[in-house]
Amino acid sequence: MREITYRQALNEALAEELERDPNVFLMGEEVAEYQGAYKVSAGLLQRFGPRRIIDTPISENGFAGLGIGAAMVGLRPIIEFMTFSFSLVAFDQVVNNAPNMFMMSGGQFNIPITFRGPNGPAHQLGATHSHATENFYASVPGLKVCTPATPRDAKGLLKTAIRDDNPVLVLEAELLYSSKGMVEPPDEELLIPLGKAEVKREGSDVTVVCYAQTVPIALKVAAQLEEEDISAEIVDLRSIKPLDEKAVFDSVAKTHRVVIVEQDHPYCGVGAEICYRIQKDIFDELDAPILRVSQEDVPMPYNEHLEHAVLPNAEKLIATVRRVCYA
Amino acid sequence: MQPVEQRDEVEMLSLMLLIRRFEERASQQYQAQKVGGFCHLYIGQEAVVTGAIAAVRPDDYVITAYRDHGHALARGTSADACMAELFGKETGCSRGLGGSMHFFDKRHHMYGGHAIVAAHVPLGVGLAFAIKYRGEDRVTLCFFGDGAINQGSFHEALNLAALYRLPIIFICENNLFAMGTSVKRSTSLKQIVDRAEGYDIPGEIVDGMNFREVRDKVAEVAQSIRKESHPAFLEVRTYRYRGHSMSDPASYRTKDELEKYRLDDPIIRLRAQLTREGKLTNEQFDQLDKRAKQTVLDAVKFAEESPELPVEKLYDYVYFNGAKS
Repeated sequence: MREITYRQALNEALAEELERDPNVFLMGEEVAEYQGAYKVSAGLLQRFGPRRIIDTPISENGFAGLGIGAAMVGLRPIIEFMTFSFSLVAFDQVVNNAPNMFMMSGGQFNIPITFRGPNGPAHQLGATHSHATENFYASVPGLKVCTPATPRDAKGLLKTAIRDDNPVLVLEAELLYSSKGMVEPPDEELLIPLGKAEVKREGSDVTVVCYAQTVPIALKVAAQLEEEDISAEIVDLRSIKPLDEKAVFDSVAKTHRVVIVEQDHPYCGVGAEICYRIQKDIFDELDAPILRVSQEDVPMPYNEHLEHAVLPNAEKLIATVRRVCYA
Repeated sequence: MQPVEQRDEVEMLSLMLLIRRFEERASQQYQAQKVGGFCHLYIGQEAVVTGAIAAVRPDDYVITAYRDHGHALARGTSADACMAELFGKETGCSRGLGGSMHFFDKRHHMYGGHAIVAAHVPLGVGLAFAIKYRGEDRVTLCFFGDGAINQGSFHEALNLAALYRLPIIFICENNLFAMGTSVKRSTSLKQIVDRAEGYDIPGEIVDGMNFREVRDKVAEVAQSIRKESHPAFLEVRTYRYRGHSMSDPASYRTKDELEKYRLDDPIIRLRAQLTREGKLTNEQFDQLDKRAKQTVLDAVKFAEESPELPVEKLYDYVYFNGAKS
């Protein structure tokens, strides 16, 4: 194991899969000559050439659709959205074409495509650039959605996504690109299955379900709560769809209390689905109502202290954990 | 399949007849409520797809919009599989899961059947991208209607195709109406072909009621593309005799206009050309027509007798798990 950044981990995943399979190519705005808006694709043009690392005009619908067409005849495109906020311009392609093709062609055309890029609010980017899109996309049958929070998960999930025969969205965490973590050496194949959560920290009093940018918040809070003698178990979903409900249920059966901390909006958010499943399947295990921490249900303001008020954060999470623990 | 110049024109006339008779029967079955959803008929436009397909190879890629029955039939999908799809049966070309607007046939390189206006034009560009990526000499035929040319995805797709010099022929089947809105009321240009000029793509106007003209133009363009990859644009002027869909009485146009086009019917025209040249007798034509009608009647019977996919298979077509059925 060695320590690398989340950005480097993604870069390694791309390079390894480009190396492994000649059908894989990377396409998007600024991915080639500019070396990536967030430098995730740094060095790939030099290594793999312009045939496989392809700059596009600002034309999300067009190049997302191009990728889907290429996937119909067996190529395995990786389409980068500079941010998933811009994927909304390509919503028709991502929602109407990629996931519907297999069903509406009677099983003749599956679409092995990866859509990836940063997702979720970053810092003071305002309403148009701060979308957390996981709940929109996870509600579409035929799509898979993963949300890595660590360099190791970022590498392993992206590699798995590229090899998957279906459309997969890899929603990277913009604020975590420079974060560091331990990852297996490059000569060791690292594949992390979609739909498999990970307990990032064991605990016994309360389960905190989190993903993407809320994972480091949850880990920080868990350390703080330890001083108050509250032992929090941190379950990182890693994939939103398919959802590892067993991992959640196993943890809840142990702690009997749950807080879900999500980076999207509360209305029809990821936490709503998890809540529903817990009460449906293991209602008797609960010693307290399930609580959620999410964004406030407002478009994102630019102003820094208002933005802080909208986002899930450590203070909100601590207060919420105390409430479910009646502490 | 034989090279272009030798493709039998009588065979192509027979294909046009098959499409016409298929659509007439589809219309009848729709009214008898055997066909659900939306149903858009190709009657009047047969020479466009027949001419284009006659000019290319069986391994070239074809993609189109929702008025797609003729495209599948022209590509070689059987009338049985097409009719069964309309009936929603498992034996349909999309297993009854796509319906009228979503005909697919992988074996015949028919990539759909797409129902969001112009959303498939980027897909066509993707097919062409794959051809160039692999260094093949195929061509993609991307059909769409005049209604598609004001949609953003169309413009993005043309720009990408021109930028990457992809082997694709954009074939605009200009039947003068996007649903009930005439081109004059939807498009700022005097002629649609000028859209291509905006992207530095060579474009031409073609008489879509004339099989030979469509075939020869597509053949010429395809040959040029195979020599050196580039996009091209054809505005093929045609006319649909029926409404936009089955529920449309087409009250936005006059009887006189329809009659004018009917006189220029693509089937009558090719028949007359062949008869004049001594390549077809009246008896032979009648035989061809009789055969087309029978093929379609047989297809209705086939569709009626075919099974539907059972509910237990509902989840088999959401994610591909490696075991393709």
